[in-house]
Amino acid sequence: MTDPILEVRDLQTHFFTADGVVRAVDGVSFEVYEEEIVGIVGESGAGKSVAAASIMRLVEDPGEVVGGEVSFKGEPIVEFEETEAGTRRPTDAMLSNREMRERIRGREIAIIFQDPMESLNPVFTVGGQLREFIEINRDVGESEAREIAVEMLREVGIPEPRERLDDYPHQFSGGMRQRVLIAMALSCEPSLIIADEPTTALDVTVEGQILEQVADLQEKYGTSFIWVTHDLGVVAEICDRVNVMYLGQMAEQAAVDALFHDTRHPYTDALLDSLPRPDRTVEELRPIAGVMPEAINPPSGCRFHTRCPDAREVCRQVNPDARDVSESDERPHRAACLKHEDVFHEDYWSSPPIDNETDSGFAVGRTDAGGSGDE
Amino acid sequence: MSDTRDPGDATGQAGRTAAGASAGDDPLLRVEGLTKLFKNDSGFLSWLTVDRDADGVPVTADREWVRAVEDVSFEIRRGETLGLVGESGCGKSTLARTLLRLIDPTEGDVYFEGDNLAELSGEALRRKRKDMQIIFQDPQSSLDPRMKVGPIVEEPMRAHDMLDDEGREERARELLSRVGLDPQHYNRHPHAFSGGQRQRINLARALSVNPDFVVCDEPTSALDASIQAQVLNTMRRLQEEFGLTYLFISHDLSVIRHISDRVAVMYLGEVVELADKEELYENPQHPYTQALLDSIPVPDPRESETRGVLEGDVPSPIEPPSGCRFRTRCPELIAPAEYDLTDAEWAAVRAFTRRVVRHGFEMTTQADLEAEFFGDTRPGGPAGEALDRAFVLLERKEPDAAADHLRDSFIEPSICAREQPSYEVDPEYGDGRHFCACHLQRDEELTH
Ligand SMILES: Nc1ncnc2c1ncn2[C@@H]1O[C@H](COP(=O)(O)OP(=O)(O)OP(=O)(O)O)[C@@H](O)[C@H]1O
Ligand SMILES: Nc1ncnc2c1ncn2[C@@H]1O[C@H](COP(=O)(O)OP(=O)(O)OP(=O)(O)O)[C@@H](O)[C@H]1O
Ligand code: SF4
Ligand code: SF4
Ligand SMILES: [Mg+2]
Ligand SMILES: [Mg+2]
Repeated sequence: MTDPILEVRDLQTHFFTADGVVRAVDGVSFEVYEEEIVGIVGESGAGKSVAAASIMRLVEDPGEVVGGEVSFKGEPIVEFEETEAGTRRPTDAMLSNREMRERIRGREIAIIFQDPMESLNPVFTVGGQLREFIEINRDVGESEAREIAVEMLREVGIPEPRERLDDYPHQFSGGMRQRVLIAMALSCEPSLIIADEPTTALDVTVEGQILEQVADLQEKYGTSFIWVTHDLGVVAEICDRVNVMYLGQMAEQAAVDALFHDTRHPYTDALLDSLPRPDRTVEELRPIAGVMPEAINPPSGCRFHTRCPDAREVCRQVNPDARDVSESDERPHRAACLKHEDVFHEDYWSSPPIDNETDSGFAVGRTDAGGSGDE
Repeated sequence: MSDTRDPGDATGQAGRTAAGASAGDDPLLRVEGLTKLFKNDSGFLSWLTVDRDADGVPVTADREWVRAVEDVSFEIRRGETLGLVGESGCGKSTLARTLLRLIDPTEGDVYFEGDNLAELSGEALRRKRKDMQIIFQDPQSSLDPRMKVGPIVEEPMRAHDMLDDEGREERARELLSRVGLDPQHYNRHPHAFSGGQRQRINLARALSVNPDFVVCDEPTSALDASIQAQVLNTMRRLQEEFGLTYLFISHDLSVIRHISDRVAVMYLGEVVELADKEELYENPQHPYTQALLDSIPVPDPRESETRGVLEGDVPSPIEPPSGCRFRTRCPELIAPAEYDLTDAEWAAVRAFTRRVVRHGFEMTTQADLEAEFFGDTRPGGPAGEALDRAFVLLERKEPDAAADHLRDSFIEPSICAREQPSYEVDPEYGDGRHFCACHLQRDEELTH
């Protein structure tokens, strides 16, 4: 296999809030190869958006990328070195903000957000914004940019694109706005597009239209995608490889078929079991006990141990990183779970089980904000 | 009937199980021809005035009516869950609010336990309302952040003068534990709870006045999958314990399949299909239902090849299409009776017409278009002549005129544009009623 175009190693992004440090992304590694769609999936608050923003170096105050490496086609987007005092500082080679702005964002890596109105200015026409974006990022003149804009809108399935250039964003439906953003992202022919839940707010029929279009365009332009979602149905449909995040860390990383049919992590398993299915009647759903704890105060040991049906005492002590647990003849399949004793060498099977309440009763944990002791 | 029940019987352990829900009973709720139109003069909807109608023509309609719900009829039997599914804006919430009389219907009647709600006076209606509760989608905004959980749960009881202070508190604590919360949480504020827990508080509040009927408007849509499963399981359990009847609204077909006994599918203000769950999912008859089912992503990569794609956008509810409202997107639009076309010819004509009507063209040459759409399936006769005329207009760079001509020739004369469909289907699964608003059923009836 060729080298990945994007490599993320042990990425850490923390938020320094009045209440303490939120370890939103806490040691995450993954890579993206050419022409593939890589999913990042997980529940609300798992750190998916923060991870996506970190790659683009778009993390806002009070957040900060505090460790790890991100390298894109060999260039260091994030890179740290140790100082003599033992602290970490960015290396000299790390791309400057200006280089990120002028060379990377938009041109090499584009991002699409869940809410298109975050990226579209309501007081300017759709055509104007698209044209300007193309002018700046592709060094072409106004009229050529306009033609590219029409062509891209047609590509993403906007009817009568030329007539609609002068419309304002609010005159477009939610689905059409999202298409405009995809057109914008594609217009500079970047190598990588990061899509953060771009279809989550849309109806299934519209989502279906957009996913089909993306699959076609992906094939045509050979763009790589990072597709952030909480919907395992979407993952199954478009992703080649999948990263499952839980509470700031990677739980499982595998090719899409292996993730669904040869699941190696209890969290992924439990997530799949909790889903109602469109294609058959499931009499009994099996929910995961409790709620995901807050990233400001994560549990010791394996972060899933408070809810994991397979948790044992050792899981309270040891926090497993995601390691390759595949058989020798398989594609890499990483799981962060001590059950794979031959890889992690902790005495999992002889450790006493922890009884996590699987009922949805009182054992349902409170959110941490609930600890205010007002009773 | 709840008035004769001891309200102190907080949890209804005895008696009122779903066993009372034998079929053949009078329905708990009956909706007849329910219609709700909104006057579209409010600012927040003003974008509709520049929207385009079904066929891509800009609508300039300021003070027109938004036809949010139109002529909807169905029944809900005691103890069952009727699922209501449809895309954003199709009128689900409006239907729910209208049938609870939180807003007045424009037309139509709602019978609850045999009484026409429209004919009930203020006080009688108020008492009836106690038996009909609603839970909203957003657990955040539906709970007053300044109030503690206990008083939130007690609020409906206070409004209906149920019990004394002490009784209410006792009942609130009991209900909290019934919905899976710790009764100790009585004195907490809602912000201290997660989304799933807030939805449980909503449940406890709705159940506090011992309702027979609960409308659940997207109660789990804001929740993560693992939490959604917890809440859905709890709702099922409570239904059995309290003998509840649910109208469960969602845009998520998987959730609807899990929770419902029967399912109604809405499109643009109308119910287009209604059947027992298994029948609806395994033997869907309406092209819209089929398209919806086809477009859900299945959480299994080995099943994902089959996802279908529905073309076009939902038209504006201000000027919905005539006849069948789904006709502007329907992949099975029926050929006008006056043309004698093969299926392949009609498919080509339909595709070509849709394309011209929806997208316009930058005209290449007639030969290219002919090749792209018709190949060797170009129909002759009157249909062929109508196509010839369209090509002439396209050649003259009059795409709008071509679109009008094609619409007049091939869409307007179709039964789909002329008559409102309403048919009964012989079910393949079970023996419940299967309603389908699609003219394809007409052929079925003729051939039987
Ligand atoms: N500006 C901020 N200040 C403090 N904490 C933050 C901030 N932004 C994000 N976080 C925290 O970082 C963690 C990860 O958040 P993130 O938005 O990445 O989650 P996510 O997986 O994208 O969830 P969702 O599915 O809800 O979008 C959460 O605990 C969140 O509360
Ligand atoms: N107060 C109102 N005034 C005018 N139009 C309204 C009003 N309330 C709803 N509508 C319109 O009625 C139609 C149906 O809206 P409704 O909220 O019932 O849809 P819904 O199916 O519940 O959608 P969602 O899934 O997004 O909740 C929409 O076109 C909406 O814009
Ligand atoms: S390490 Fe232990 S707690 Fe964590 S997922 Fe594996 S079994 Fe569960
Ligand atoms: S009536 Fe006609 S347009 Fe409507 S769903 Fe049936 S075939 Fe399609
Ligand atoms: Mg996010
Ligand atoms: Mg609604």
